[in-house]
Amino acid sequence: MAEITVRVNGTEHSLIVDTRLSLLDLLRERLGLTGSKKGCDHGQCGACTVLIDGRRSNACLALAVTCDGLDVTTVEGLGDGDGGLHPLQAAFIEHDAFQCGYCTPGQLCSAAGMLTEPGPSAVTEDLMEDPPLTPAEIRERMSGNLCRCGAYVNIVTAIEGVRR
Amino acid sequence: MNRVEAYDKVTGRAKYAYEYGVGEVAYAHLVQSTIARGRIRSIDPGQALAMPGVIAVLSSDDPPELGSLDDAELALLQSRAIAYRGQIVAVVVAETPEIARAAERAVRVEYDAEPHDVLLRPDHPGLYPPEKVNPGLPTDTERGDVAGGLADAAVTVDATYTTPTQHNNPMEPHAALAVWADGGLTLYDSSQGVSAERATAAKVLGLPPERVRVISRHVGGGFGSKGTIRPHAVAAALAARATGRPVKIAVTRQQMFEVTGYRTPTIQRLRLGADADGRLTAIAHDVVEQTSTIVEFAEQTATPTRVMYATPALRTTHRLLRLDLPTPSWMRAPGECPGMYALESAMDELAVAAGIDPIELRVMNEPLTEPESGLPFSSRNLVACLREGARRFGWERRDPEPGIRLDGRWLVGTGVASSTYPARRMASRATATAEDGGFIVRIAAADIGTGARTALTRIAAQTLGTSTERVRVEIGDSALPQASLAGGSMGTASWGSAVVKACEAMLKNGAVGSADTTEDVEADSGFARHAFGAQFAEVRVDIDTGELRVPRLLGVFAAGRIIDDSLARSQFIGGMTMGMGMALMEETVVDEEFGDFLNHDLAQYHVAACADVLDIDAVWIEEEDPYLNPMGSKGIGEIGIVGTAAAIANAVYHATGRRIRDLPITPDKLVS
Repeated sequence: MAEITVRVNGTEHSLIVDTRLSLLDLLRERLGLTGSKKGCDHGQCGACTVLIDGRRSNACLALAVTCDGLDVTTVEGLGDGDGGLHPLQAAFIEHDAFQCGYCTPGQLCSAAGMLTEPGPSAVTEDLMEDPPLTPAEIRERMSGNLCRCGAYVNIVTAIEGVRR
Repeated sequence: MNRVEAYDKVTGRAKYAYEYGVGEVAYAHLVQSTIARGRIRSIDPGQALAMPGVIAVLSSDDPPELGSLDDAELALLQSRAIAYRGQIVAVVVAETPEIARAAERAVRVEYDAEPHDVLLRPDHPGLYPPEKVNPGLPTDTERGDVAGGLADAAVTVDATYTTPTQHNNPMEPHAALAVWADGGLTLYDSSQGVSAERATAAKVLGLPPERVRVISRHVGGGFGSKGTIRPHAVAAALAARATGRPVKIAVTRQQMFEVTGYRTPTIQRLRLGADADGRLTAIAHDVVEQTSTIVEFAEQTATPTRVMYATPALRTTHRLLRLDLPTPSWMRAPGECPGMYALESAMDELAVAAGIDPIELRVMNEPLTEPESGLPFSSRNLVACLREGARRFGWERRDPEPGIRLDGRWLVGTGVASSTYPARRMASRATATAEDGGFIVRIAAADIGTGARTALTRIAAQTLGTSTERVRVEIGDSALPQASLAGGSMGTASWGSAVVKACEAMLKNGAVGSADTTEDVEADSGFARHAFGAQFAEVRVDIDTGELRVPRLLGVFAAGRIIDDSLARSQFIGGMTMGMGMALMEETVVDEEFGDFLNHDLAQYHVAACADVLDIDAVWIEEEDPYLNPMGSKGIGEIGIVGTAAAIANAVYHATGRRIRDLPITPDKLVS
């Protein structure tokens, strides 16, 4: 057992946690924030993606004890706090970028993090350049988030709209 | 209109089965067998029970009382016999998921192992004809003189195609919360059909159905794997009954491979004969596939061949093998999906052998009535789909010569295949009431990502002559009027029929309308009802590495009246995306030594990722069909995956000159 303090969507929580507890289970089972999803628990699907200190991370791969003092944003905290949607959330609705919705919170947090990440990717031609977010760049950078319903086409369109 | 639950899904408010918490929840975890065949010698839960926070260990040492043992996959902890590796042998219950998981590893189970048999092969002496194939279709059919038709043919194809074991892998792992109160059970489960699940749960647990309630408001995909109750839900109910606590259980991604179903591997021999003009003289489609030793599931793999092409002689057969593996089950378009991969690959081979364009070959063999049954089609617009697709895809510019288009390092090719899926419906009930200045429609339907809530809202609003904003549709609860499941592409047709009828009754009677479509559905006969489509693929194959990319996929479908353009496009594209995964990467490997599924996670079982999907589009043609249902709609959940793999495989042949007959088409097969 360990005592930690973690800030989630702007609210500080001090808790005593099992050292085996993942950040994902902390969010879902202890804080009741079930927006972050468990698809594989092994960092293979991206459904649990949250922002830790602004960077996208798999919450299933982070032990809660390692999150002491960190700032976590989940899908519940993406909007403006008054029920207003983040532009990505609105774009996902507009472009029907989901079906079952289970990968959606992870896709949204991942996209939100991606939009702030500079630098080239595996599909960037010139590695010295900070490339524009073309559909090819978006597809590459969003490939850590699986969608079994096959909504990728609409996900890329939705993110492209927000990028512009 | 947007999806009704869109806001809930993008904000994280939509609750899935595992996300309900009631009072003092305890957590269960499954303990699975580590041998593929044999018997449990002993189970020692002592070490697990000694761990702080462990509440109970259920096992066959003290078999929980059940009402029915008919389904051996659901008769948990009753027998010492092991039928496959990964079978549930105990259930651990603890205060937290972490403790439950640690305790699972502390339960000591000793086995007397026996040699296992896990390899499907066409010469196995155990092959047998099942009585029926899913969902109750004839195992074998034969019409005309097949041997004669093949012998007299000017052109023949005789080829064997194989498809591997595939797993549904919905993003939401199967999960359940079981709560007992006053002798009754409430199950929050991830289910494609709460009415059927209630009936099965009641039977297995020995309860009257009215004492069971199943709630499943949001389902994170299923693709067939949540079409029937799975053992985890029974385990949760038994654990909750034994401990007097509400119990939650989540099947892990790895466990899903063993306890939530999969698509059988298939070995399919196709023999086609045609005259010199390309007119078919005979088709034989012989299928070998597997089931478990404890439950028979026979996939209807050859059945689309009974529907597709005109031929004077037609034979289809299915042979099944019982192996020491889990029971296969429904996975998106069972039957049509693997069967059409083989048939449509063989048609492409026939086109090449006869020197005929593959679209013209299909058009030439278009039947006037359903080939096997002789029934008239309620509507059939395969040719229109092929023609429209050819126009959009630029097919007329295609040089049929294989292996000659080099673009840098890439060999480029295009391919086509037909799609088909039955348009059926099942009996359902619904009510419609005028409440709070609007209308509420109630039906125990399921939205597994298809957009059922939205489609039914549209259907109700149209029937009532009102706006969709004034209609609320309640689904996903067995306390609602009984409905058929989300499966077989029957959801919208089945539920929509009941919703229209209930809304019409409400308009007639005033405040309340209720409907039961049992008699309407019983009167559905006299026609062969199927949706059709045509899929086009462009592929690029790296000449050195065999890397295979699919820059373009186009599907053109004829599926009756499309209820909602946006939802329909998403369904078609989603099916095609999964079909691309089937073509290129999806394969569960069986470990012959240990008798289990080797690559049982998403790092090793590859599904299509965002970077795999370039330009996929789906369109449809207008189709009026008065013989279906009040909406005039055919199901669209499955046809998108039917034919995709064949279109891609045919394009690979066109690009490289190499015919890959064993899915998936991985780079090693292209460079070897």
